[in-house]
Amino acid sequence: MLLPFVWMVATSLEKGGFSNYAEAWEEVPFGTYFLNTIVVTVLTVLGVLVSSALAAYAFATMEFKGRGVLFLLFLSTMMVPQPVYLVPSYVILSRLHWIDTFAALIVPWTVNVFSIFLLRQHFRSIPRSLYEAAVLDGCSTFGYLWRVVLPLSRSALVTVILFDVIGSWNSFMWPLIVTNSENMRVLQVGLSYFNQEAASNFPLLMAASTFCTVPLLMLFVLSQKQIVSSYARSGLKD
Amino acid sequence: MKRWTRSFTPLFYIMPALAIVLVFRIVPILGSFGVSFTEYDIGGLQRISWFENYSRMLGDPRFWTSVGNTLFFVLGVVPAGIVIPLLFAMLLRGKLACKSIYRTIYFLPVVTSAVAISVVWTWLFNPEGGPVNALLGFFGAEPLMWLREPRGIFEMILSPLGIRLPGLLGGPSLALVALMIVSVWKSIGYNTVLFLAGLENIPNEYYEAARLDGAGAWGSFRHVTWPLLSPTTYYVLIMSTIVSFQTFALVYVMTPPPGGGPLGTTNLLVFYLYQKAFDRFDIGYASALSVFLFLVLLGLTIIQRRLAGRRVVYE
Repeated sequence: MLLPFVWMVATSLEKGGFSNYAEAWEEVPFGTYFLNTIVVTVLTVLGVLVSSALAAYAFATMEFKGRGVLFLLFLSTMMVPQPVYLVPSYVILSRLHWIDTFAALIVPWTVNVFSIFLLRQHFRSIPRSLYEAAVLDGCSTFGYLWRVVLPLSRSALVTVILFDVIGSWNSFMWPLIVTNSENMRVLQVGLSYFNQEAASNFPLLMAASTFCTVPLLMLFVLSQKQIVSSYARSGLKD
Repeated sequence: MKRWTRSFTPLFYIMPALAIVLVFRIVPILGSFGVSFTEYDIGGLQRISWFENYSRMLGDPRFWTSVGNTLFFVLGVVPAGIVIPLLFAMLLRGKLACKSIYRTIYFLPVVTSAVAISVVWTWLFNPEGGPVNALLGFFGAEPLMWLREPRGIFEMILSPLGIRLPGLLGGPSLALVALMIVSVWKSIGYNTVLFLAGLENIPNEYYEAARLDGAGAWGSFRHVTWPLLSPTTYYVLIMSTIVSFQTFALVYVMTPPPGGGPLGTTNLLVFYLYQKAFDRFDIGYASALSVFLFLVLLGLTIIQRRLAGRRVVYE
């Protein structure tokens, strides 16, 4: 299972050792790609956290007309695979004049229905009596979310963050389509172009692949238990 | 006044998510259907063409090739993506020592980007001096062209015996098989984790009871593990089918555009959709392809649900 990774690093050090890394880094503006990816990832995850926490809170704790229908509407979008709505999304983005901007990379992904679902399940497990006690103490609806619900949901929030960091960092088809200038490229798109340009210079390509994977690799090694159990839990969403 | 704000409070909380879901999910999903009935190109909407895109699709040989390729791909990847992880999970079950090391190893490909993985495997499969051919050479086998090989694998195996297999009978091209290998390798970790979670839910007493009844390893697998694991297997089956139907990055990176592989043999449905929409700006036609993809996946999910409904054992 690990062999391809071993070969990646081994080949990246062929003919020139670590200078391959410096050369690949200078060949195309990987610095810009990294920066773009970090900006996109951070803002996307922040957006997901805010929108999901608010929506999940409403779905979990408030009674209102149409709650069931709305929630079903949200869930149903999860069943439709991304390539199905890719083309019209592109049309919408070009109407908004968002093509080739950070907005196109970030805004459509600041909602993740699975995160809403996950957080809602978690929020619902918090006993109602806690809410009544907080209200008696003069806590507002938002205050209860901020001071009681969120601190009690740390593990669910970490799951949401990890999922979205991985998803955002690795996303490829969307940024490939909605950006076209070189200085808007994210890491994955940049790497795929570099792959076409440096077609058979494998040591350089392996060096580039290595430094594109290392940040997530480190995140994974540091929190692998959490990540793997999050994925395992994602399989139980039915 | 208080009542008024109260009844609007939930809406304030849901608004951010709802706005995005409406504009970037619901509208585009419905839009797919709408645009598929029009002629829409780089200059915008030309005219309403009703079913023209669909009738074009039926007469488009490249479309049918991509459908055939996708079927080969799914039929290869999904069963392998169930059998191998199931074996892994049964081997790893109950081994607490080194659990985190194993987990890191088999899960690494899951969190690594498809693009980086594709770049690495392009090198591994490289016909000139690539490691895979070096390995074949070590075992005394002839080097293969891998990602540049358009011939079907059945054809390649049987042609030395003088048997000719034309067209689809030749099987998926070796290039497509190479993509399948990468796809299975990438998904092993996730499916193993799901199977491990499923296995942990089977109480040990069942195995003891089976042993007391004289069941061997195969018997306890056949009568305990397999039926009790069926909800997990079913979930993995549906998810892997849906995911493998959407394969794009592997095709794009490993058999680079504009080709879709040697003689178009790795051109999968989503890649074809991408080509039509973003190389040719044939937006109307690409939307018809999206609708086709959607209906196929919906149909498959319903059929699998029907079939499995009778077989899946929920405790």
